[in-house]
Amino acid sequence: MAAYRVTPTFQRVLRAVKHASLRPRCYIISCHSQYSTVYDPHEKTFDKILIANRGEIACRVIKTCKKMGIKTVAVHSDVDSSAVHVKMADEAFCVGPAPTSKSYLNMDAIMEAIRQTGAQAVHPGYGFLSENKEFARRLAADGVSFIGPDTHAIQAMGDKIESKLIAKAAKVNTIPGFDGVVKNAEEAVKIAGEIGYPVMIKASAGGGGKGMRIAWNDEETREGFRFSSQEAASSFGDDRLLIEKYIDNPRHIEIQVLADKHGNALWLNERECSIQRRNQKVVEEAPSTFLDPVTRRAMGEQAVSLAKAVKYSSAGTVEFLVDSKKNFYFLEMNTRLQVEHPITECITGLDLVQQMIRVAKGYKLQHKQEDIPINGWAIESRVYAEDPYKSFGLPSIGRLSQYEEPLNLPGVRVDSGIQEGSDISIYYDPMISKLVTYGSTRAEALKKMEDALDNYVIRGVTHNIPLLREIIVHPRFISGDISTNFLPEVYPEGFKGHPLAAGEQRELLAAAAALHVAAQLRSQRFLGQQRVSSVPQERRNWELCVELDKRVHMLGVSRSGNSYTVEIDGEKVVVSGEWNLASALLPLTINEITLQYLGTSFKVRVLSKLAASLNKLMPEKIPEDTSSILRSPMPGTVVAVSVKPGDTVAEGQEICVIEAMKMQNSMTAAKTAKVKSVHCTAGETVGEGDLLVELE
Amino acid sequence: MALCVRALLGSAAARSLASPGRSLLPLRGRTLTLPGLRCASTVQQRVELKRRKALEGGGEKRTEAQHARGKLTARERVALLLDPDSFTELDMFVEHRCSDFGMEADHNKYPGDSVVTGHGRINGRLVYVFSQDFTVFGGSLSGAHAQKICKIMDQAMTVGAPVIGLNDSGGARIQEGVESLAGYADIFLDTSYLFITGPDVVKSVTNEDVTQEELGGAKTHTSVSGVAHRAFENDIDALLSLRDFFNFLPLSNKDPPPVTECHDPSDRLVPGLDTLVPFETTKAYDMLDIIVDERDFFEIMPNYAKNIVVGFARMNGRTVGIVGNQPKVASGCLDINSSVKGARFVRFCDAFNIPIITFVDVPGFLPGTAQEYGGIIRHGAKLLYAFAEATVPKITIITRKAYGGAYDVMSSKHLRGDVNYAWPTAEVAVMGAKGAVQIIFRGKENQAEAEAEYVEKFANPFPAAVRGFVDDIIQPSTTRLRICRDLDVLASKKQTNPWKKHANIPL
Repeated sequence: MAAYRVTPTFQRVLRAVKHASLRPRCYIISCHSQYSTVYDPHEKTFDKILIANRGEIACRVIKTCKKMGIKTVAVHSDVDSSAVHVKMADEAFCVGPAPTSKSYLNMDAIMEAIRQTGAQAVHPGYGFLSENKEFARRLAADGVSFIGPDTHAIQAMGDKIESKLIAKAAKVNTIPGFDGVVKNAEEAVKIAGEIGYPVMIKASAGGGGKGMRIAWNDEETREGFRFSSQEAASSFGDDRLLIEKYIDNPRHIEIQVLADKHGNALWLNERECSIQRRNQKVVEEAPSTFLDPVTRRAMGEQAVSLAKAVKYSSAGTVEFLVDSKKNFYFLEMNTRLQVEHPITECITGLDLVQQMIRVAKGYKLQHKQEDIPINGWAIESRVYAEDPYKSFGLPSIGRLSQYEEPLNLPGVRVDSGIQEGSDISIYYDPMISKLVTYGSTRAEALKKMEDALDNYVIRGVTHNIPLLREIIVHPRFISGDISTNFLPEVYPEGFKGHPLAAGEQRELLAAAAALHVAAQLRSQRFLGQQRVSSVPQERRNWELCVELDKRVHMLGVSRSGNSYTVEIDGEKVVVSGEWNLASALLPLTINEITLQYLGTSFKVRVLSKLAASLNKLMPEKIPEDTSSILRSPMPGTVVAVSVKPGDTVAEGQEICVIEAMKMQNSMTAAKTAKVKSVHCTAGETVGEGDLLVELE
Repeated sequence: MALCVRALLGSAAARSLASPGRSLLPLRGRTLTLPGLRCASTVQQRVELKRRKALEGGGEKRTEAQHARGKLTARERVALLLDPDSFTELDMFVEHRCSDFGMEADHNKYPGDSVVTGHGRINGRLVYVFSQDFTVFGGSLSGAHAQKICKIMDQAMTVGAPVIGLNDSGGARIQEGVESLAGYADIFLDTSYLFITGPDVVKSVTNEDVTQEELGGAKTHTSVSGVAHRAFENDIDALLSLRDFFNFLPLSNKDPPPVTECHDPSDRLVPGLDTLVPFETTKAYDMLDIIVDERDFFEIMPNYAKNIVVGFARMNGRTVGIVGNQPKVASGCLDINSSVKGARFVRFCDAFNIPIITFVDVPGFLPGTAQEYGGIIRHGAKLLYAFAEATVPKITIITRKAYGGAYDVMSSKHLRGDVNYAWPTAEVAVMGAKGAVQIIFRGKENQAEAEAEYVEKFANPFPAAVRGFVDDIIQPSTTRLRICRDLDVLASKKQTNPWKKHANIPL
């Protein structure tokens, strides 16, 4: 193991254990010691369960099935035939080609798999068919248990309007508002007064932010009413307006519920999921720093009453928006196991998958509400194959050429469905894993998260660890001052990587210099070679120039044994410890090293003093004029091309649309110009950086 | 045979010596005084003067012009290429002997003429170097210039050391026997051009309009003509890479390839390889994923005939040559260019005692008139010949397809392969199942059934394994471990070809 011992933070240069492969893989040891529940072998549930999903959640379900002595059947698309979940399951069944609509969403094929394998129950995981009432109905018709709620609960909670009405009836707080049409400005002021400021005035026919105004007092309400009705009339030809409470800087906090088929329901505390980008959660924690016991209980009890109102059984999640005054409002209910369920498991000790299976078989809940503890703190980071420098994460694809989870650290749980050599393809969700750390306090859990992120080795695909690493050490996050606007507020210009403090920069430069010197020395050592000159002794001192972020730093390095003393601007940094050049940090190209430090990757170029002085004479590479060239920012499929050669496009006009991982991205012209050539066609698959269209 | 590495740094000219290596600066303050010898001081002064002039090359103005082109001077290049303080210069006082056109005038004489020669060390190992000086008469080749180069080549031959040539010359002042240089040429992006006749001559003879860059630029020679083996960003990148590359090679054909310290355990498993070959036999994957994971891979001709990958790597510290079909490009088939590229590389390895590791995934030779008229049979035979003739350790791994004649060519057991492995995904057959069935059962029904039978029978490694054409079927993750072990075993391999004046490769 490579370690750099100087200051505590110096250990944060990604020090990868190279021989990951020799270690037992995570799915073999399956060390979830955090569960306090016992797996009673005499409590008979099912003999065989089919998991209608893929990736980490399929693996997660299989792990619990193994503990419960249940045989498992994996379904997979043809490209997933050697995926981890397929290897883990007792049986596997191919349900079609790669696109999800033809495989994981292919109900006919999955029903056939159930018939052929004789599975008695189906766990749907999340996504895919997990909230599909038709699927639940077909299973019921075939006498197969669906490990989830009944069809009518799925249906009731799946409809936004209906779910809100049911919630209201069950005395769950919903966002206050006036459901009727507001006639004039004065009526608007009156209603606003009843709801309480701030309020949002929006067009009944609205969408996309048009005809929407936020008002904090009577004056703004009158003004907002006037503007909104005008805008609504011109945009939608319909000037009817609604008023509802505006939730300022909301937090997204959700309550995990668990219910059985006998009318019992529990709330398993909350999860704070406010750190989001494009409505997708990135970092979650349980419990929330924001809730006091009274609010927690109130939210939990409302969640349970909603679950009871729809005769809910199995695990489910009630999502709330919480404003800065701890008022909470029902958002929606997810009738499935959530992605972020592990943090709830960590603090409660319950195995939610086990509970879902028991409930599906008809057993009563084993626990009472007062049995549900909050033991310590758990944090989950979603590790994605995506580029965090592009709008907080655009999907990337590739092959994991090196992959090692930081499972050697205590208090770390990693839920993943991939391994070294796996492909992250354009067909499925780009999530690599869910990295969960837990400790007795939040500070301890956060510290473990830092360590875990620093020890996570991922090579071959671009990943979002730099962003995750920055979020969890940000003062606002540490103080718990977060909302769903956290990312755009903290990084208004977009994420730019870790800003190096002076001390950190010194450490990074020192590490680069020491690596360079070690590599230089090794390249002079030949084994069994007779004809190496009887050169002098090994050099002990070097003068190096290290280029980092376009700035050149002069360094002096002296070596004794395995210890390198690097002098930078009069400061001395000692790099020592047991490390060698076979770590993940080997120079990628000559004299250019990429070091991952504090989560962020830095490109560092080390040159001798002579080479550096001559390097100034080298011509600079002229960057491509990007305004006239449109390249694909990510791998994906071209859905539509809206221009042809000879067309004139205006700045900001759509040129083509690229779909990647369920996201459609509109590519627009950077300037007004004539189209010179088009290099893509609709339906074509393109890679990152592929030329799409050239302008004149 | 001496090893010659040639780097082309520019075609047609450095603050004199503000910054080059210390060794190249005049030896001030070390004047020898020989008492009793008259004029000693004047001789000494003249020596000093000439030496200073030699170090200045073409002078400050031309040096600045060279730098303005983004190029380094001959001496700056040598200083970068060699270990600090290791350069010993020869023939610094040689001057050209031309007496026409006013060349005999003193101001037209430059001590050392237009080339810097001598020897030095790269990572402690001896190397001879010549570096053409564009600042002196455009680096052009004079009689004296050629003589200087020949002198170090002769010396290199006697001691068994390689020669590195750093070319930066507008052409011949007089042409002499330097054309015998063989070996590897490196060419620089944007600043260098290489052609037999320039654009103007081309225009007058064939009426083609072509720019210098199109005719003989780095891109042309590394991707179209295959004349140059690698292009680099700039002088510094090239020279430092050259140092790296040099560490892979033995000093001469009588020396064993170098073994360096290796920190990566030779018995490490590489589980990622187990899932590398895709499920569908027609789907491409990147052969570089196998090779590059070993990290230190110096690819030769990365942009030319990309359907075959060749380059140098180390296994347990020992230099090996790697040849691999690249399924990502043209399905990895063999065509004229890839056969010639592969053959050249295999012969290079054999000439310098470097073991060859071959990764096979080849669907066959590329069909078509262009290939047949171009002589694919003759060119394909070069690769076959090169592998058959090679007596260095040869290890072959069949990762997937090994069809027909192309299978034979790719270092098969039949060409004296020492160790031949197959991965479980390997298919050694005459051709793919579909094509085979279409021929065997032409016009008959039930082709799908027959195809399934063919796949069952032949599309797996067993037919080859039962005949001993492959020595073992191995788990991909153990490949690295097996190769390292075999290289140890084969280190003492001795094999000689029947005596002949020289081998008769189908050129």
